[in-house]
Amino acid sequence: MGASQRLAILGAGDVGRSVADLASEYGHEVVALADSTTATIDPDGIDVAAALDRKLGGDDIGADDPTAVFETDYDVLVEATPTTLGDADPGFTHAKRALETDHHVVLANKGPVAERYGELRELEADSAGSIRFEATVGGAIPILSTIEDSTPQAVTAVRGVLNGTANFILTRMAAEGLDYEHVLAEAQDLGVAEADPTFDVDGTDAALKFVILANVLADGGFSLEDATVEGIQNIPGSALNLAAEDGRTIRLIGEATRDGVRVGPRLVPENGALAVTGTRNIVQIETRNAGSLHSSGRGAGGPETATAVLSDVGRLPPL
Amino acid sequence: MGNEPIVGPNDDRDAESHSEATAETEAETGADADIDTETDGGVRPYTVRLELVDEPGELLRALSPISDNGGNLLSIHHERGNITPRGHIPVEVDLECPPERFDDIVEGLRDAGVNVIQAGAERYGEEISVVFVGHLVENDLSETLSRIEAEAEAAVLDLSLAAPDGTDATSSARLRLAVDSGRTDAALESIRSIGADKDLTIVEPLLGGEA
Repeated sequence: MGASQRLAILGAGDVGRSVADLASEYGHEVVALADSTTATIDPDGIDVAAALDRKLGGDDIGADDPTAVFETDYDVLVEATPTTLGDADPGFTHAKRALETDHHVVLANKGPVAERYGELRELEADSAGSIRFEATVGGAIPILSTIEDSTPQAVTAVRGVLNGTANFILTRMAAEGLDYEHVLAEAQDLGVAEADPTFDVDGTDAALKFVILANVLADGGFSLEDATVEGIQNIPGSALNLAAEDGRTIRLIGEATRDGVRVGPRLVPENGALAVTGTRNIVQIETRNAGSLHSSGRGAGGPETATAVLSDVGRLPPL
Repeated sequence: MGNEPIVGPNDDRDAESHSEATAETEAETGADADIDTETDGGVRPYTVRLELVDEPGELLRALSPISDNGGNLLSIHHERGNITPRGHIPVEVDLECPPERFDDIVEGLRDAGVNVIQAGAERYGEEISVVFVGHLVENDLSETLSRIEAEAEAAVLDLSLAAPDGTDATSSARLRLAVDSGRTDAALESIRSIGADKDLTIVEPLLGGEA
C-alpha cells in the first residue's frame, strides 16, 4: 500500500460519501468534504461520521465554503461531482486548480477525462501532481490499471458491457420475453434505472467510458462527439427471441481502439463471456502478446466505485 | 495457432493437391473440362470447409456423409485454435470423388446438420447472423434482401421473422448470411447503410476477439 495521503473530496453523492467513509480503512485521512453548497474542512482530519450524518439528515455538510477546500493542506483532490458534458465543468476546473498548485487528482467524474483529456494531460505535465481515474470506467473493476500494467501500446482493443442499467433491461427482456417499456418501468421500481434513464439507455454513459478507454489507448484525441453511439430503446422483445433461436443474445456493447469508439446493441453468443446478466459489467482487453483478458464485476455503486478511487490514491507517490 | 492436422497423409497438399484442385476448377469452366475428367479416371479432388460444434463425436459425424456417398478422404485440417464468428470450429476437408457424386456429398453433410461454409467453387468464408428491427414488411422486406445480396455481396442463407404485433408494427428478422472470406467488415458496412436508408435498426454481430 502507498503512503498515507490527505484527501480533499469534492462531491458528496454516493461515491464521494463512500470514499470519505472508507478512506481510513485504506490508511488515508480526509481533510475536506464538500458538496455544491457547503464544506467541512479540518487540516487535522474531519469527523467523517458526523459530516455524513449531517448530509444524510438533510443539513449542511459543514460551515465552510466549498472553494476554501483548495486553500487547505491536502495531497489528493478526489473529484466526485456529477459528470457533465461539453466543457465538463466544474469538474475540469477543479482538477485544473489542484494540478496548478501541485496536488494529485483522482477523478470519479467521467466528464473531464472523456471530454478534455489532452488539456488534463498538459496540466499534469506541468504539475508535481498526477491524475488517475480508474473509477470513471467500470466502477470496482480494475480496467485502467490492467491496461496500464499491460502497457497501452500492447492493447489493441477493449470491448464490453459497461452500463448496468441497459444490461439489466436487456437481460430481463430476454429472460421474460417482455418489451423494453415494461422492463424499464420494472427497473425504475427496483432503483436500477434512474427516473430519467436517457443517458443509460441511449448509450451515452457507456460511450463516455469507451471514449476514456480510447483516450488511454491512443494517448488522447477523443471526445464524445467522435463516438458512434446507438442505444437500446428500439430493441423489441422479439429481436431477443430471434437471437436466442440462434444461441445468441443482444447486449449493449462498446468497443474502443486507437481508431475510434463505437457503442451499440450487438449480437453475442448467449453463453459467451460478454453476455453478463443483470447489472454486472465486463470488459475484454485484447492484447497483442497475451491474448484476451476478461474482467467482470460491479460497475457502479458508491462503495464499489470508492474502492477504485482509493486504489488510485494508493498508487500515487508521496508529494 | 491455426492448422492442426489430425489426419494428413499428404502434407504437401498445399503445394500440390491445392494447385491441382484450382487447376481442375478452372479447367471445369473451360472447354476441355471433359478431357480432364477422363484423364483423372473420373475422380476429382474437392475441398469443403465445415463449421463444427465443439463436442465429442462431431468430427466423426461430419465425415460419414462423405464416405457414405462414395467420397475418398484425403486430409482433414481441424483448426482447433480458430473459432468462427458463430463460435464453432472450422474444419477443412480435402476429398476425392466423381464430380456427379459431389453434390450428394454436400447434400448429405447438410442433411446431417453439418454447416458447410464452402463447397468446391462456392467459396463462402464466413457466416454471420444479423438482426434487423423496424417496419420490415411495410418497407419491402424482399427488396431489402435483394439489396443485401447485391450491395453487401452476401448470400442470404436463412431468414426468421417475428412480427408479434402484426406486420404493420415493428417487427424483427434474423438473417444468416454467407460472406466471402475477408469481406465481412465491408458487408456489414453496406448492411448498415441499407439499414439507414430504410429506417431499420441493425443489430450486428460482435466479431472481434473471443466474444
